[in-house]
Amino acid sequence: MIKKISGPLVIAEVEGAKKGDLVRLGGKRLIGEVVELRGKNASIQVYEETSGLKIGDEAINTGSPLSVELAPGLIGGIFDGIQRPLEDIVNVSGYFIERGIDVPSVSREKKWSFVPSVKEGDVVSAGDIIGQVEETPLIKHKIMVPYGISGKVETIKAGAFSVDETVAVIEGQKISMLQKWPVRRRRMLLQKSPVDSPLVTGQRIIDTFFPIGKGGAACAPGPFGAGKTVIQHQMAKWSDADLIVFVGCGERGNEMTDVLKEFPTLKDPKTGRPLLEKTILIANTSNMPIAAREASVYTGAAIAEYFRDMGYNVAMMADSTSRWAEALREMSGRLEEMPGEEGYPAYLGSRLADFYERAGRGKCFGKPERDGSLTLIGSVSPPGGDMSEPVVQNTLRVTKVFWALDEGLAHKRHFPAINWLLSYSLYLPNLSEFFSKEIAEDMAEVRAEAMKLLAQEAELEEIVRLVGLESISKKEQLVLFVSKMIREDFLYQSAFDQVDQYSSLKKQYYMLKSIVEFFVKGSPAVEEGVDLEQLKKSEVVGQIAGARFMKDEDVTNLPERVASSINALRSGGRHG
Amino acid sequence: MVKISEITGPLMLVDGVSDAAYDELVEIKLRSGESRLGKVLELNGDKALVQVFEGTEGLDLKTVSLSFKGRSLELAVAPDMTGRIFSGLGRPIDGIPELIPTKRLDVNGLPINPFSRDYPNDFIQTGISTIDGLNTLSRGQKLPIFSASGLPHSRLAAQIAHQAKVRGKEESFAVVFGAMGITYEEAEFFISGFRKTGAIENSVLFINLASDPAIERIATPRLALTAAEYLAFDVGMHVLVVLTDMTSYCESLREVSAARREVPGRRGYPGYLYTDLATLYERAGRIKGQAGSITLIPILTMPDDDKTHPIPDLTGYITEGQIILSRDLERKGIYPPVDPLPSLSRLRDKAIGEGRTREDHASVANQLFASYARGREVRELVVILGEAALSDTDKKYLEFANEFEKHFIRQGQNESRSIEETLRVSWKLLKILPKEEWKRIKPEIAEKYADKS
Ligand SMILES: Nc1ncnc2c1ncn2[C@@H]1O[C@H](COP(=O)(O)OP(=O)(O)O)[C@@H](O)[C@H]1O
Ligand SMILES: [Mg+2]
Repeated sequence: MIKKISGPLVIAEVEGAKKGDLVRLGGKRLIGEVVELRGKNASIQVYEETSGLKIGDEAINTGSPLSVELAPGLIGGIFDGIQRPLEDIVNVSGYFIERGIDVPSVSREKKWSFVPSVKEGDVVSAGDIIGQVEETPLIKHKIMVPYGISGKVETIKAGAFSVDETVAVIEGQKISMLQKWPVRRRRMLLQKSPVDSPLVTGQRIIDTFFPIGKGGAACAPGPFGAGKTVIQHQMAKWSDADLIVFVGCGERGNEMTDVLKEFPTLKDPKTGRPLLEKTILIANTSNMPIAAREASVYTGAAIAEYFRDMGYNVAMMADSTSRWAEALREMSGRLEEMPGEEGYPAYLGSRLADFYERAGRGKCFGKPERDGSLTLIGSVSPPGGDMSEPVVQNTLRVTKVFWALDEGLAHKRHFPAINWLLSYSLYLPNLSEFFSKEIAEDMAEVRAEAMKLLAQEAELEEIVRLVGLESISKKEQLVLFVSKMIREDFLYQSAFDQVDQYSSLKKQYYMLKSIVEFFVKGSPAVEEGVDLEQLKKSEVVGQIAGARFMKDEDVTNLPERVASSINALRSGGRHG
Repeated sequence: MVKISEITGPLMLVDGVSDAAYDELVEIKLRSGESRLGKVLELNGDKALVQVFEGTEGLDLKTVSLSFKGRSLELAVAPDMTGRIFSGLGRPIDGIPELIPTKRLDVNGLPINPFSRDYPNDFIQTGISTIDGLNTLSRGQKLPIFSASGLPHSRLAAQIAHQAKVRGKEESFAVVFGAMGITYEEAEFFISGFRKTGAIENSVLFINLASDPAIERIATPRLALTAAEYLAFDVGMHVLVVLTDMTSYCESLREVSAARREVPGRRGYPGYLYTDLATLYERAGRIKGQAGSITLIPILTMPDDDKTHPIPDLTGYITEGQIILSRDLERKGIYPPVDPLPSLSRLRDKAIGEGRTREDHASVANQLFASYARGREVRELVVILGEAALSDTDKKYLEFANEFEKHFIRQGQNESRSIEETLRVSWKLLKILPKEEWKRIKPEIAEKYADKS
């Protein structure tokens, strides 16, 4: 029975309440979760708007925790923060979301063609793959033995089944393709291993300078308009993950619509199939109930881990983790907990750490032996762009890649507005072997040389600002010129150009190598007396600028063209 | 027995409540016969905390009677609500009798299902170059104006309301205007503007003036958006909603929060300000299969001209961009003083280009942004080093920035430029720079348009 109602927090007497139990409230049967118990009273965070609830309304305990449904039928779908399917909700309540809607997360009607991979009489245990369903042409949905079940396969049949029909009987237990999993419980890997290959995103500043590994964790903090969402959309589109879980957490409705509208038309660079065939969307937009926002990242993570357990490389984006933290803060305030920094609860740091720890790669439970990975990428929205605030700071402690989004760059429309002097990736050592083997032996040197130029540029600009361009040497002017090329012709990358939006790793290497080559060959030339202006006007400068739009094969010999063109100037200069 | 036990600020604590619902509307009757409205903010046992929209001034603990209405605050709507003027709480103030409603709608609305949204990508020509050319507005977008005291945001908003059109389409449109805590003069400026152009016939106005009760302002934008949803999605009109001044709205929220002794967030604003604003702003949009749309232009004044103040900051985190007015440009006598660099339209890239505006639009806009940004940097260099120390290219950038402000940003208050005109001016300005500097323009585009325009 309800005793108190304050926004999304309800206090009620609930029969047999345990922490974490799901409760239904009032005539509309609103969904809530027990977050605190005190004497006879349970504090319940309610996942829907509470207006209309009354004192004395009933609070019924379902006895089970908030769970996700894991089964074929998730891919290509869009779900709210507690995994209600938004497409099906339209059929029930029209284009506005009414309250108290009860729709199963995955369809019970749709039939899937199940192909067993074990035989009757085989002995299986939790995590073992017993068969699969081709959910989309891109994803074979592996059906795994649920936790807590093991023994001899008594029956197993191929054929078309809905998710709740029995496909196998193991040791007397009926197995369907549907599993439930408590949202807040982490799914474990059998054994974690260190990151050793990059998540290739096609974004030059990321892959070349600040890469993230498969199984790694990255954050992108920055003020509004700095490019957090675009960068995450770019990675959802172009990264070489097998499956993407995109969690729109307290952000704009139209950004989800954008994904829904665009992804069916975009082709996965690896397979040429529509991107929606490997994407799952979780949407708790900013106008949807705040308590469900807190749940949305866990819903996303549980689904992502489930696919990882099948042996896939999964990447999950959470945009924005600040909204999740703010939801925590609001519930904590209403529970009258002691506030920590900026009103956030004292456990903010541990919750964030716990979340990013779900990233990782390694061996999955069960047979056949397989590796999977989960990469986590969170955006952070600091108030006023202040990077010293608690959510940014606590996130930086637990993520190994920091893409510092810079408002100044965004205002100049330099995109992606990732500040190259502040950002870092701690995965570079893990990935160096991959890069030197797969891309080019001198990849690390080219990157280091380019970074050095950019750092020099910052210093030189300071000098120029104070005493003017005349005060620096020709060679230093060349540094300025080349670093401008790095910025404008390499780091700048438009998300809206058909060609520029994605660069392969090889193309990235040849582009950067060309620019570095321009410096390596150009600086002795300038020292020898080749006119700087003439060098700046050489034809290869235009070719470097156009490389963004070139096909991969046309960029391959660009470094040589640069070298020979400067060599020609040098010999010409000596003769003249 | 229902009995008021406390009155603090805009709140009343009521005892002996038995059947009240969270968020329920409460009617408060004074002995004088006056009636006010309030709503339930919290219920605890038999106690209800009630927020009084029209202020608690003159209320006592003894003689006031209360009735709980069994519903939330609602707005009566009807197709003939256009042309009408209402108070900030929805009572007619134009001397015409009450509407005969076709229905009553809960002013809180419901969230639009993201699956049902249609992406806003119909270009709205406002006739203002800094908007159309650089920070393009789309039908169904929410694009606020960040202003500051003394800047001409009202003039700009009125100009947009009068000039805005989707080209090649004749469709029914309406303007919904919600005023929160603005001065009589400002309200008059809008109303007389609407009268002059005849737009008043297609407008619904909700007016809460600076002299009206402050807490009423919490209801005003909800009424305006409810009217807009009705006109857009029931009647099928394209609705432009102007809400001004969101800063007053937020201050009222802060007042209630302080009276409730909630733990304050930044600068005393409640921690739920983001969510609260989102439940307003996200009501803008388009819906698949529906004829109408809601385009939202909230106006706010940045306290201290500070963009990082929570009100503009949280707004910018929710809306699809922002138009920022600059005191520097205003001082130079430039109208409209829109600073293009921190301004943004997030929906621009999907609303422009071939078949929408013109093929060269994105290239031109990107180049203008980059060049103007460089020009402004050069201008700062000049302050330290003098113009003589500049390279030839930088001198060009300086000239570009100056001309850009004079001929692109500046325009007349009644001047409505077509997008072609905006692009023509753009190319002319870009030609001040050497072509090697046009790094954001694809060569084939430059070839095709640079000399044609
Ligand atoms: N890589 C990019 N290429 C082109 N434009 C970009 C890019 N990144 C960001 N933008 C521009 O910046 C705007 C804001 O980016 P967004 O990711 O929405 O910012 P945030 O999520 O940080 O508020 C976008 O609407 C777009 O116009
Ligand atoms: Mg964003």
